[in-house]
Amino acid sequence: MTEVRREPAAATAAGEHQPAGMQPGTPEREFTVEARSQLRMVVRRFLQHRLAVASLIVLVLVIVASLIGGRIWHYGFEQVGPDLSRPPSWKHPFGTDGIGHDTLAQVLRGAQKSVQIALLVAFVSTGFGTVVGALAGYYGGKIDTALMRLTDLVLSIPAIAFLAVLAARVRHGSGNWLFIALALSALAWTYIARTVRATFLSLREKEFVEAARALGAKDRRIIFRHLLPNAVGPIIVAATIAVAVTILYETSLSYLGLGIHPPDTSLGLLISQNESAATTRPWLFYFPGLFIVIIALTVNFVGDGLRDAFDPTQTRVRA
Amino acid sequence: MADIVLEVEDLTVDFPTDDGIVHAVRGVSFTLERGEVLGIVGESGSGKSVTSLAIMRLLPKTARLGGSVRYEGRELLGLNEKEMGAIRGAEIAMIFQDPMTSLNPVYTIGWQLAEAVRAHRDVTKQEAWTRAVNLLELVGIPRARDRANNYPHEFSGGMRQRVVIAMAMANDPDVIIADEPTTALDVTVQAQILETLATAQAETRAAIVLITHDLGVVAGMADDVLVMYAGKPVEIGTVDEIYYHTRMPYTLGLLGSLPRLDAAGDEQLTPIKGSPPSLINLPPGCPFSPRCPLTRPHCDEREPDLRPVVGAAHLAACHYAEELSGDVVAAEVFEATAADAGDVK
Amino acid sequence: MLGFVIRRLLMSIPVVIAVSFLVFLMVAGSGDPLADLRARPNVPAAVIQARREQLHLDKPIVTRYAIWAKGFVKGDFGNTLGGQNVRTLLWQRLQVTLRMVVLATLIAVIIAIAAGVISAVRQYTVTDYSITFLGFLFLSMPVFWLAALLKEYGAIRINNLLGTQLVFTVGEATPNLTGNWFHRMGDYIGHLALPTAALVMISVAGWSRYQRASMLDVMSSDYIRLARAKGLTPRRVMIRHALRNALIPITTVVALDFGAVLGGAVITEKVFSWQGMGSMLIDAVNNIDVNELLAWLMVTTIIVILFNLVADILYAYLDPRIRYD
Repeated sequence: MTEVRREPAAATAAGEHQPAGMQPGTPEREFTVEARSQLRMVVRRFLQHRLAVASLIVLVLVIVASLIGGRIWHYGFEQVGPDLSRPPSWKHPFGTDGIGHDTLAQVLRGAQKSVQIALLVAFVSTGFGTVVGALAGYYGGKIDTALMRLTDLVLSIPAIAFLAVLAARVRHGSGNWLFIALALSALAWTYIARTVRATFLSLREKEFVEAARALGAKDRRIIFRHLLPNAVGPIIVAATIAVAVTILYETSLSYLGLGIHPPDTSLGLLISQNESAATTRPWLFYFPGLFIVIIALTVNFVGDGLRDAFDPTQTRVRA
Repeated sequence: MADIVLEVEDLTVDFPTDDGIVHAVRGVSFTLERGEVLGIVGESGSGKSVTSLAIMRLLPKTARLGGSVRYEGRELLGLNEKEMGAIRGAEIAMIFQDPMTSLNPVYTIGWQLAEAVRAHRDVTKQEAWTRAVNLLELVGIPRARDRANNYPHEFSGGMRQRVVIAMAMANDPDVIIADEPTTALDVTVQAQILETLATAQAETRAAIVLITHDLGVVAGMADDVLVMYAGKPVEIGTVDEIYYHTRMPYTLGLLGSLPRLDAAGDEQLTPIKGSPPSLINLPPGCPFSPRCPLTRPHCDEREPDLRPVVGAAHLAACHYAEELSGDVVAAEVFEATAADAGDVK
Repeated sequence: MLGFVIRRLLMSIPVVIAVSFLVFLMVAGSGDPLADLRARPNVPAAVIQARREQLHLDKPIVTRYAIWAKGFVKGDFGNTLGGQNVRTLLWQRLQVTLRMVVLATLIAVIIAIAAGVISAVRQYTVTDYSITFLGFLFLSMPVFWLAALLKEYGAIRINNLLGTQLVFTVGEATPNLTGNWFHRMGDYIGHLALPTAALVMISVAGWSRYQRASMLDVMSSDYIRLARAKGLTPRRVMIRHALRNALIPITTVVALDFGAVLGGAVITEKVFSWQGMGSMLIDAVNNIDVNELLAWLMVTTIIVILFNLVADILYAYLDPRIRYD
């Protein structure tokens, strides 16, 4: 079945010839060629944001460090040694706490938990949120209303309480982080769903959808082949924001004692345990906090850079 | 002695962008006499809108303007914001293209009209309101006194554009610039708007600069026509000269692509192949050359100057303007495109 | 306009009912209220069974919901596990927390609008970049860390500077304080200062970015261009036309963000050891105190829904286009 594939909303410089076309037998090739060049444009625009690129590098380093650092570093996070409350030194780059834990090991463990949870939440909430948002945005009408009412319901409950109650289910044991991740996902999907719905609603009205439908393309094809690829940009941006917010919520829950429990540790838990030492033993208070800030900040910058890269409407002046 | 109200001399506008400097306007010159209607015609990207915004000094701060714009002898390009503010709306008024977004959605149109009046005249709110209702009646809004209390979204596109015209009339300006006033409207409404514009001119006795890409619109209203291409004027003359004695291939092509009711049934339209050039990297020769059916090698070497072709009043920018002697028809000069090739000529 | 309000009000009622059911399911599934009994040795099965019946745990969930809902609507929120009346406790704690939330919201809105407008008007200048960067920084900071920083550093510095203890770090008020209303207000403010500052900083970070975007969006619109073409002064264009339109989205954002500010207050209260909604929630979750949790969630959710309603009404008031829905 041939399809007319039009380039949606691309800003071509005057003089470039637009490849419109009824070319039997080659819709697949046309599609991938355009997708690749659009991707290249996005990447190029992203690379122009030095701050976003720098943040991405730092973020990747931190993620890698947190995921495998615990294995490499020779102190375990539960390990207790003879040095108590020591300031940072070569032996203990982040110092030690009053019981003899190596703070670097603890911070790495806490970061690992945060990153693990954030990645899982990003995955699950994006998957679920995209499905809900796509259905609501594409079909509209009663389905849209029903799904949006559901989203609104979840969002009516203050997030902290919502999370606290859900996470309270599994209080002890090391599987506890999974539950926290699922609880956070149960909240984060709403944000993704809203973004996807808005994108689909606006794309649905574009002519190329009408054209595809006129040629007999089924709903599923339209959604997967035409609408979703164009929604990828906003989805990724929404996902990065969700990741940043998730990290803050998870650490907050752990701070309140409602998230990750001892014997395991979290950056939030470390801060709650050591907040009174902020002036006397600052390394115990600052390193975990700075880690949270660095992760969230870099994710935010990357998200901002991505948003600029995907969004063709720029505030650059044109003739 | 001609009473010149607006004089533009070698106006240039450059926009620095990431991809390079865009030379949107590359030297526009014209004079506007009191009460005259000048039509500026060109396709998208020709620089016609930018020219009008430059005259009003409404371009973004990044724009670089050059040349001279003189209103009643006074140089406008050097004025500060406060001085321009006294001129805008009072001496030179402007009408924009999209009536659906031109009006502020949160204030009633009566309020917005009265505001236009009070911006330049020391009158009471009541007097300004009365004037506002007056203006609405002048432009043909029924039940003006009641409707003045309505919000823009309660009006149709055509009505909103009439309100915008009323706003332009409010302070009896000497120049009204209409930037594509009918482009966003249905054809039936277009005629009404042009009529309203004519009313505005009769009321204020202002000169009008009518910017459009539609030659049909210009034919009914303009005294003189300026054709723009790639940021520069390529032909200037009276409306009769331009329409009946075209001297520039581009203008000829524009006229040929215009459907006409008085054309014979099987006459074909002759569209101009290709697209306008990029304004960042212009080739050295005539910018229309790649699309011109009369192009010669010399055309790609040197950009033609705008020079008098028939007397001093009709100027054209073409090396071979003389070859288009008078009564040429577009179909003779431009080829039909491939899609039409199958039809019987 | 009145019809609009009434219609929105009526539409909120089924939402409240639906949420109450959702909340009930969540709390009911959050753990076993009999866990402590079961964990203790030597507790006869009969006692556990009796307790089970008392808490209606033997009935199906819909029935349990109905029993609770009936009581709730009548104003009977039950007792905590410790025997306290939930309603009185909740009311008392709510007042404490709302002090912080309302004050923080008011201050943050004013600062955020100012920062956003300045940032937009001076786009791409050093001012804009600084405000934007600070915004990102505070958005990436967990509120408990910021609060703890303020607590450990802010209090001592300010108090030393002023020579007297003006700013407090523990509790929401000095216990057993006597004196007139002024004296008490001063005490409240002294205790409110730091926690509110923490909330304000983070709220401003988010809202100012939003306001900046909204302002930029408005400033590039056609009607602003027309306003300038009319010859209006730049100041009038900025305030009467641009700002008036740019303020519309933020009013709804602030109203909708109430839940988030409340969450921030919950966390901040712990840092400063306040006896407010925060500590009530933490206790209720830790004890799996069903009555306390249900009442807490329902009341805050109703307030959030109310604020959503206010947001809708405000929007309709500010934007005539959506009034006749």
